[in-house]
Amino acid sequence: MNSEILFITFLSLKISLTAVFIASIMSIFLASIISFKNFYGKKLIVNLIHTFMGLPPVVVGLVLYLILSRNGFLGGLDLLYTPTAMIIAQVILALPIITGISINVIERVEKAIKETIISLGATTLQGYIKIIKEARHGIMIAIVTGFGRTISEVGAIIIVGGNIKFHTRTLTTAIVSETSKGEFKFALTLGVILILISFFVNYALTVFSASEEK
Amino acid sequence: MNFKKGIKFLKLTAVFTLLIFWFSGCVSQKPKEKLILLTTTSTYDSGLLDYLLPDFEKKFKIKVQVISVGTGQALEMGKNGDGDVLLVHSPKDEEKFMKEKHGIKRRWVMYNDFIIVGPKNDPAGIRGDGAKNAFKKISEKQTLFISRGDDSGTHKKELSIWKDISRNDAWYIEAGKGMGDTLMIASEKKGYTLADRGTFVSLKSKLDLEILVEGDKILLNPYGVIAVNPDKNPKINYSAAAKFIDWIMSKEGQTLIANFKKSGEQLFKPLYGKSIRD
Repeated sequence: MNSEILFITFLSLKISLTAVFIASIMSIFLASIISFKNFYGKKLIVNLIHTFMGLPPVVVGLVLYLILSRNGFLGGLDLLYTPTAMIIAQVILALPIITGISINVIERVEKAIKETIISLGATTLQGYIKIIKEARHGIMIAIVTGFGRTISEVGAIIIVGGNIKFHTRTLTTAIVSETSKGEFKFALTLGVILILISFFVNYALTVFSASEEK
Repeated sequence: MNFKKGIKFLKLTAVFTLLIFWFSGCVSQKPKEKLILLTTTSTYDSGLLDYLLPDFEKKFKIKVQVISVGTGQALEMGKNGDGDVLLVHSPKDEEKFMKEKHGIKRRWVMYNDFIIVGPKNDPAGIRGDGAKNAFKKISEKQTLFISRGDDSGTHKKELSIWKDISRNDAWYIEAGKGMGDTLMIASEKKGYTLADRGTFVSLKSKLDLEILVEGDKILLNPYGVIAVNPDKNPKINYSAAAKFIDWIMSKEGQTLIANFKKSGEQLFKPLYGKSIRD
């Protein structure tokens, strides 16, 4: 039982952190392009991103299942029921959240300091880097929010992961199956672990960004 | 200055630890032959598979990955080739599955039975009745009934008992959930439900429900094992599926099933390949 809890906990962390890491890099890149460039359809894209912030996880799970199914478009990759499939699902869920919040932050910072930067004679690229550096706090909040989404998510990963013991069972999917088995105590224990992890990771991320202050 | 250095050191350590832990899982995953078993929640939630599979895994050095869903979903996933072997309980759908050439090698593994459970005071007065009669009374008295409503084997059995008895009313609720959850709901709301004996026995202590109808022939619940047709996809592990079927049908497998008990009660009875449909 104990080795199982340990495995489940580590897998949960591994999947969510990897997903958030990948989503963050993509998001910062995307958010910068969208914030700094003016192009046709920009408003629509921002609107779409905001809509996707509330993407229903089960729908993501179902669509991803159909794509990754051996019969599906990407069936040849043999990714169904693997942690990789779960990471993909969570990247899809976290990406709009982190991008959406980051766009807001970057645009606000840009408005505030753009004039100053130009007047100091920075090149465009230097300006961009400066703005993102200034916006890092807000971006960190975006990442923390994304992590909150991934660590607590169950609908998508239970479909594409299959909740296989010692392979794709995470804290959230285990809570679902243990509850339906009537093992409330075990499910509750996992729930407490989930909340503790959430707390510590958030705390670590906040400290991490706060220490950059000075 | 020193403080700053300390923070930097901490950060480096944190990143380093993370990296180690990241790759830790990748190394331990040895390539071992695996078998994907698509099965119903009832076999899994009752604990039968956790009890059976280690013996099979040890003997054949095959890792069994269990996906437990409703029979409907399991069959659908089998059709997509997303699994190697099925352990399900809905004979009619299994036969259709075989006819459409989605599966090969189907065997009757074991059976348990369905029971109708309900609150102890039995407001519809169905205790000791036949299944059909009991459902009629529930419909007439309009007492609360919780249906699985999830296209599972149990749900299909329930529908086949209702047939033309009217139940389009507020007293008939579809939970859309697994057996455990449905029993929980029935217990909380003091309603009736149709359950498989296995799940009910394993949850009994947590439920405020009693067995009211049992033993009716229509309530027998046979489980079948089917290998997914390997022609569907080259990745389907037919050889492992065949080994699994041969093993579970062998004397060893069948005896293990007969010996599986929960709270002193035998949950599944081996069929030794004999059909119990009439």
